[in-house]
Amino acid sequence: MQYSMKYIFGFAAAVCFVCSILISIANVGLRERQEVNKLLDKQKSVLQAAWLLEPGEKADRARVEEIFQNVQPRLLDLTTDQLLDDEALAVFDESKAPMAEAPKNNAGIVEVPEKVRIYEVLEEGDISMLVLPIVGKGLWSTMKGFLALDADGRTIRGLTYYEQAETPGLGGEVDNPRWKARWKGRLAYDENWKPVIEVIKGPAGSPEETPYAVDGLSGATLTSRGVTNMLQFWLGDNGYAPFLKSFRESGRA
Amino acid sequence: MKMNRKEREALIDPLFDNNPIALQVLGICSALAVTTNMAAALVMSMAVLFVTAGSSTVVSFLRNNIPANIRIIVQLSIIASFVILTDQILKAYLFDISKQLSVFVGLIITNCIVMGRAEAYAMQNGPWLSFLDGVGNSLGYTIILVVVGFFRELFGAGSLFGFIILRPVTAGGWYEPNGLMLLAPSAFFLIGIFIWVLRAWKPDQVENS
Repeated sequence: MQYSMKYIFGFAAAVCFVCSILISIANVGLRERQEVNKLLDKQKSVLQAAWLLEPGEKADRARVEEIFQNVQPRLLDLTTDQLLDDEALAVFDESKAPMAEAPKNNAGIVEVPEKVRIYEVLEEGDISMLVLPIVGKGLWSTMKGFLALDADGRTIRGLTYYEQAETPGLGGEVDNPRWKARWKGRLAYDENWKPVIEVIKGPAGSPEETPYAVDGLSGATLTSRGVTNMLQFWLGDNGYAPFLKSFRESGRA
Repeated sequence: MKMNRKEREALIDPLFDNNPIALQVLGICSALAVTTNMAAALVMSMAVLFVTAGSSTVVSFLRNNIPANIRIIVQLSIIASFVILTDQILKAYLFDISKQLSVFVGLIITNCIVMGRAEAYAMQNGPWLSFLDGVGNSLGYTIILVVVGFFRELFGAGSLFGFIILRPVTAGGWYEPNGLMLLAPSAFFLIGIFIWVLRAWKPDQVENS
């Protein structure tokens, strides 16, 4: 059957109209739930990095929110290394944060955000841990995660990646709770506050024997190296080192 | 419910006799990508089922009014709407799995099975038959995904639906996981073996060379 030009345009417009109405309704109706999910997912990663949530533990919304009562998000300005007030935090949007060109580094980081959201874990009112976001290149993918540091600014309390696409079974083992547990108690900095923590080849000893080294992931040399480079960058002078220094000296811990 | 022959053909044939992946070799891309574990494979299958059945039904309702010269783009708009809807629902209610499926839910739009059924079947048949045809083809897709997912998760991670069956060495057990199973090529081998078994069982599917 032949249709007139008018009919064809009319039909196309009608289809587009109906489809867009449906999608808009779904989008508006479900947005709130999606936002909650996204936030919850992020909070879960923070808690996992700090081992406030055991790996594999079923964490529903109520549980995460309960533990998160003792976690205080803060906004850190990386250009001045100062914490900003809660007002700035409230309007902070990670996806729109301005980026600055990163200094030359081994971690494959091209630009760093000017502001990042960090988390203070409180224990009876005192800060017991800092959870800092880290990002860098692995073998295939950009890996995003959190590093939990003790209030002494030196002892690592945990490390977790919430976004990575390394080889499953090899580099993807950065997700393995047994490997993540190996980080607890290692030292990020030596006596002179130089970031020396690294992932070595093969097994490392206990945190007392080898405080500055963590077991390598077998078959994943490049992912392991990526983790080392990323940590050294973020713990270095272009990362969190100046902030951690002023944090130590402020005596807020 | 008693089905007549045409209805049965629409629903049952795509399972084994005319399987969209094994015989028509459509939809391979997502079959490789989302089958590392059973849960993801199953949710993906259900998403495809919803999209295919829904879009086939709608296209069939409109089939006598769609101008032939813009029919593909109209089908595509309908399919895309269903896909976006599915993606939104997954993000709201099954967030963890939607994170695993990532872009592949969105890519259902380009899954040849969906468009193939709309163009080849729904444009010629009534809504009820088209719905059954959509469900049947998606179930054919589901069978392959679940079989591939079963072997990949069991031998690649030692678990099924996340429950540990063979405790892997990395979790303190004895089973050395097969790393190949976690990579996309293993799905090729498994689908190949599936097709082999299927054609040994139903020799009339073998192409004459």
